[in-house]
Amino acid sequence: MNALAARRRHPAAIALLILVGLLVTGGAYAFLAPKEANASAVSADTVAEGKNLFLANCASCHGTNAQGTASGPSLVGVGAAAVDFQVGTGRMPLAGPNIQAQRQDVDKIKFDDQQISSMAAYVASLGAGPSVPDSQYTTVIQPGDQKEAGQDLTNNQRIARGGEIFRVNCAMCHNFAGAGGALTRGKYAPSLTGVTPKHMYEAMVSGPQSMPVFNDQNISPESKQEVISYLKAVDNQTNVGGLTLGNLGPVSEGMFVWLFGLTLLIGCAVWLGKKAA
Amino acid sequence: MSTINADRPADALRAGDRQADQERAESKPLGGIAGWLDDRTGAAKGMSFVLKKVFPDHWSFMLGEIAMYSMIICLLTGAFLTFWFVPSASPVVYDGSYIPLQGVTVSDAYRSTLDISFDIRGGLLIRQIHHWAALVFCVAILVHMGRVFFTGAFRKPREINWVIGSILSMLAIVEGFAGYSLPDDLLSGTGLRAAEGFMRSIPIIGSYVSYFVFGGAFPGEAIIPRLYAVHVLLLPAILVGLFTAHILLVFLHKHTQYPGPGKTNNNVVGFPMMPVYIAKAGGFFFIVFGVIALISALVTINPIWGYGPYDPSPVTAGSQPDWYMGFADGALRLLPGFLEFTAFGYTFSFNVMIGAILLIPIMYTLIGVYPFFEAWVTGDKREHHLLDRPRNNPTRTGIGVAAMTFYIVLFFASGNDLMAIKLHLSINDLTRLFQLLIFVGPPLAFWITKRICLSLQRADRQKVLHGRETGVIWRYPDGRFEEIHAPLTPQERWVLVQHESPEPLVITAETDANGVESPIARKERLRAKLSHFYFKDRVAPPTPSELEAAHHHGDHGVETHEPEAIEAGGAPARETIKADRQN
Repeated sequence: MNALAARRRHPAAIALLILVGLLVTGGAYAFLAPKEANASAVSADTVAEGKNLFLANCASCHGTNAQGTASGPSLVGVGAAAVDFQVGTGRMPLAGPNIQAQRQDVDKIKFDDQQISSMAAYVASLGAGPSVPDSQYTTVIQPGDQKEAGQDLTNNQRIARGGEIFRVNCAMCHNFAGAGGALTRGKYAPSLTGVTPKHMYEAMVSGPQSMPVFNDQNISPESKQEVISYLKAVDNQTNVGGLTLGNLGPVSEGMFVWLFGLTLLIGCAVWLGKKAA
Repeated sequence: MSTINADRPADALRAGDRQADQERAESKPLGGIAGWLDDRTGAAKGMSFVLKKVFPDHWSFMLGEIAMYSMIICLLTGAFLTFWFVPSASPVVYDGSYIPLQGVTVSDAYRSTLDISFDIRGGLLIRQIHHWAALVFCVAILVHMGRVFFTGAFRKPREINWVIGSILSMLAIVEGFAGYSLPDDLLSGTGLRAAEGFMRSIPIIGSYVSYFVFGGAFPGEAIIPRLYAVHVLLLPAILVGLFTAHILLVFLHKHTQYPGPGKTNNNVVGFPMMPVYIAKAGGFFFIVFGVIALISALVTINPIWGYGPYDPSPVTAGSQPDWYMGFADGALRLLPGFLEFTAFGYTFSFNVMIGAILLIPIMYTLIGVYPFFEAWVTGDKREHHLLDRPRNNPTRTGIGVAAMTFYIVLFFASGNDLMAIKLHLSINDLTRLFQLLIFVGPPLAFWITKRICLSLQRADRQKVLHGRETGVIWRYPDGRFEEIHAPLTPQERWVLVQHESPEPLVITAETDANGVESPIARKERLRAKLSHFYFKDRVAPPTPSELEAAHHHGDHGVETHEPEAIEAGGAPARETIKADRQN
């Protein structure tokens, strides 16, 4: 102690103190800062590239600093997940003014993965928000009786639990089979068939358009994974009953029975009526 | 000879008995099993009545048969389903073959329906046949009803059968809804939740009714067993009973027939039941069963495994009833919210009640009453066994199409969400459109239909008078062009001229001999007004003299005269109301 006290006026002391202070602050920041903000090891170059892409493709609506304009919302704090979802599904850049941005086919998506992640890094650098999910949670649970490490339930039971969570939280808009449903004034909940697990997860955490946000407190990442796995299991199952008619419920069944059932039966009746003559 | 018929001293007294015995023995031509059965049941007379019955042949007469057969298919497949279905709401953990539900706590009713679908051989096919047949049943009833209405087959003496048919049609809806609610999947539970809301919308007593029906608070455990009893016992019994009466009355009244040469109000032109219709109708049963089985094998209906078990918290987008309930659901979607208000400390939810509680009874009352209404307006008390061609009664046809339009608007409104998403439209705009159409559509449909009917009648008239247009254009030496008309055969002509074209009733005496206003005058004025509404626009079929005149107007096709006045000729003016009453 005395030795330290004796050297407190040493010319190097001030430099050392500053170094220690920086280390503690930096370490504490690295430890305490929201995880989402550092999506991956993002280099300044990536952010710069993202910013250029942003200025060229998005700024006309979202503003040059992504602060938002009358035509588009502010992107500060929406996080990388929102960008990856909106651009990765082709919803953004918006093709034209519309009630709701539509998912595009893969070949119509304007940017490659690298460009999308640059833009995501740029938007994430503007303010903390949900990041692109860890692949651990976007891996589809395969049906089976085995249990995965750290899980109490078998895979089948986890898929079934995903179904329950889906029915309670999602089916009222997206329909029981994820076929989609109508919302007010031309808005709609889109079909979930063919959506990648990553995009489903990002939609849940970022709440695009009319969708509410399901953050990790509402639905844990494991549960999100279960919901995604349920939807994939439903997609992959054999349609035991035959054609599904779009899984739209009784409306399509009614249409089918009038258009096909009645037509067939009347056709038979006319044929049988003709037999008399 | 039996001992009882042995000679006795007082035989003279029994001379008649023996003769009767002998006559009976001689009049029994039946032998073999038929004779044996007839000796014990006396069925021969009834059977011969039924088997000799003549039926006319037309495809539209088979629509009712489709309904009958699909009902029988429902009864058969329903019996199969009762072997495995457990009507119980007690919770069990599902552990059957459907993976995405393993380990989920579900009701026993839902578990057993899943078992029927996945674990019982042929169960899913039978379930789908049962459900598709139910949908076909309701479709066929409605189409059959339309046929009967538009051809005027509900007229005397068939009014009672029309009423029975209307009740059958309404009960079919209720029966369908009860079945839809049984499996306790998310959709059926949502339907029951809606039904509970409907009951609560009844002013003042609503909540009591709901507690009474559900045996306590919704959902409770009572409703599924109760609905099961209604679905498999009560309603099928009433349906089968009324259906039997419906068919017996058809046999009793004889079948109606379309007009044609040789077909009169007093005969039926067609083939006897045995052997022709036994074969045809029996064959048609198998055709209907085959078509329904084919659909059921290829197309999913009510995938309850997808809907998941019922739980009061979730609901799925696209929660609709089966199509036959769709019109009532559509009415709910169209009724504006301001119809709900509070008064005297009670909430009156007319926005729900009108569509959910009042619509069906009012609609079926109007349907049931129509034959009596039309009979009163026309003052027609005769029997009718010859059908009307729909065009020849434009006002009735117009009313029918207007009613159909009303129904169809409601029906489409119940799918407004799916139309919005599939057609990229706004659900709000669609709802507004349907709210407008429900008022504008029926009158417009009435007017258009009536005009079309009158035009068709005029075309028929033209055809009778001048023959069929051949498409051959003739050029005359003086340069005129004329289309050649080919005369109709008498058979063809008969169909176009056989119908009556009543004139509107006219009130003759509003006061009696002493100048006192008749007490029934107001009623009669109303009747005359309605009769005017029905018959003021009329295109009378050509009379023989008109036909004669048309033929003499320069050898066919060289017509120079003006088009016939619509009101010209026709049947002699009908007796007035006064005269009708005196008769």
